[in-house]
Amino acid sequence: MSSPLITARGLTKKFDEFVAVDEIDFDVARGESFGLLGPNGAGKSTTMRIIGATSQRTSGDLTILGMDPEKFGPQIRAHLGVVPQQDNLDMQLSVSENLYIYGRYFGLSRKFLKTKIEELLEFAQLEEKRNAKVESLSGGMKRRLTIARGLVSEPEILMLDEPTTGLDPQARHILWDRLFRLKEQGVTLVITTHFMDEAEQLCDRLVVMDKGKIMAEGSPAQLIKDYSTKEVLEIRFGSERNSAMAEQLRGMCDRIEELPDRILLYSEDGEALLEKIYSAGMHPKTSLVRRSSLEDVFLRLTGRTLVD
Amino acid sequence: MSTSNIRQGSLEIVDQEKIISRGSLYVAQARLAAMMKWVWMILAIAVANPVLYLLSIGVGVGAFIDKSAGPAGIDGVKYLTFLAPALLATAAIQGAIDESVFPTLEGFNGWKNFFGMNATPISGNQIATGVFLASFVRVVGTVIIYWFVMLAFGALESSKAWLAIPTAVMAGVAFGSITQAIAGLLKDENMFFVIFNRFILMPLFLFSGTFYPLSSMPSYLQWIGWISPLWHSTELGRYLTYGHALTQTMAITHMVFLLTLLVLGIFFSRRIFTQRLAK
Repeated sequence: MSSPLITARGLTKKFDEFVAVDEIDFDVARGESFGLLGPNGAGKSTTMRIIGATSQRTSGDLTILGMDPEKFGPQIRAHLGVVPQQDNLDMQLSVSENLYIYGRYFGLSRKFLKTKIEELLEFAQLEEKRNAKVESLSGGMKRRLTIARGLVSEPEILMLDEPTTGLDPQARHILWDRLFRLKEQGVTLVITTHFMDEAEQLCDRLVVMDKGKIMAEGSPAQLIKDYSTKEVLEIRFGSERNSAMAEQLRGMCDRIEELPDRILLYSEDGEALLEKIYSAGMHPKTSLVRRSSLEDVFLRLTGRTLVD
Repeated sequence: MSTSNIRQGSLEIVDQEKIISRGSLYVAQARLAAMMKWVWMILAIAVANPVLYLLSIGVGVGAFIDKSAGPAGIDGVKYLTFLAPALLATAAIQGAIDESVFPTLEGFNGWKNFFGMNATPISGNQIATGVFLASFVRVVGTVIIYWFVMLAFGALESSKAWLAIPTAVMAGVAFGSITQAIAGLLKDENMFFVIFNRFILMPLFLFSGTFYPLSSMPSYLQWIGWISPLWHSTELGRYLTYGHALTQTMAITHMVFLLTLLVLGIFFSRRIFTQRLAK
């Protein structure tokens, strides 16, 4: 395997006393889709801005494309495509002008950009909006334009910070389709998200972050295997009774998590467990058997849910 | 459905040398493209502003003043001729502030598009320089239009009058570069410039020898002129458009003052932009 595109060792970022990123280690290989999963405030965006060679780290070692971003910021940024959490598009310009101007920032020629813009408008499904002012676009369209903009220089690494936050489900699915396409084509992706379904769909490998630290690392399937059971049984007895019932249920399964509105029971066989609960004379108001997700991994690692 | 293939070829296509040498021009190009969206408005303001001011105050108020001043005039000339160079420099300053403050506030606080630019190889220094260059273009355009309106009003009496164009531009960009640096420090969008316009810009406009010679103001107010780029530029403008008395030492002092402001403004803009983007 070739050497990693990104290597971080003991990477730390402090804002005065506050430690936003706390001695994290990770590698990203070429062609890999790498995710940073964690709740808001976990330090994901700060990590992204450091990898993006704009924000300076406080300490630790970091190499991107073989270079130190502290010394070679512009040289590294020349090969990154950055899709920030907020679409910082040029609101006064049209869709195609945004792509053109951004391409110029990479020193790309007019001729190259002419064909490239057509390609990107098609990719982002914005062909009919090419002359529209950015202000008039929907949230999903702006997001797709920001992603297309990030691809204008054919970057070595595409970095996406919370790519679907704030979008409605339909817009999110369109975006996932586009991103999955990039992944299939072997574009190296670094993605942050607090949506576990997004992480499961798009990431080959991910780290779970909380309070600036990495809690676990692996493929989505491996993390679920390591930190959760195959299935989860969710039951509700009503908010007043959940607590008391949880006491009775302890010992019936591998692990129990009591949430304000429901109880999660971790088991290899959810249906069998539900049978057992009924046989014991307990009758939950609702029950649901599902497979374990990264949400469960996060809950196990931190005792909290991803989305508060 | 999309058939296009997204390649990874930045290592071959991105031209580092070109970005280093022309980066600020690309930023200026983006700013100018944005200005072109409302170029008719900019032009309309550039023409209407001098026409209205020169007509109402220069000609209108001027008729009264010329009558009471008698044949000696104000500073030896018609009031219109006396007033016009100050208004020229004021227009330059106003244009420069429009194009330096607004994009900087949006770039950092509103649209945050400076962070988008900085995610590319473009540096904070290049963004600051590019925004400045675009405002320079606007100022030059505004001043040239104003100058021709002055010509049409018969407010230019000297063969050196065309040199009032660069001295007015100097006032604009010197002031604009300073306000660009200040705007780069602001986190809150509005309040500062509301206060700035009312308590700094307005007094400078009123007390910089704009409507009457600085020397006719009480001495305890004359310092305002000395710290005002408007007064320094106006003195040069009056010398160049109608031969207002100006010693060589004073002429050099005015030039040095404006140049110093400009250099400081650009230096601090670049520094402030770079530091803010690297946080």
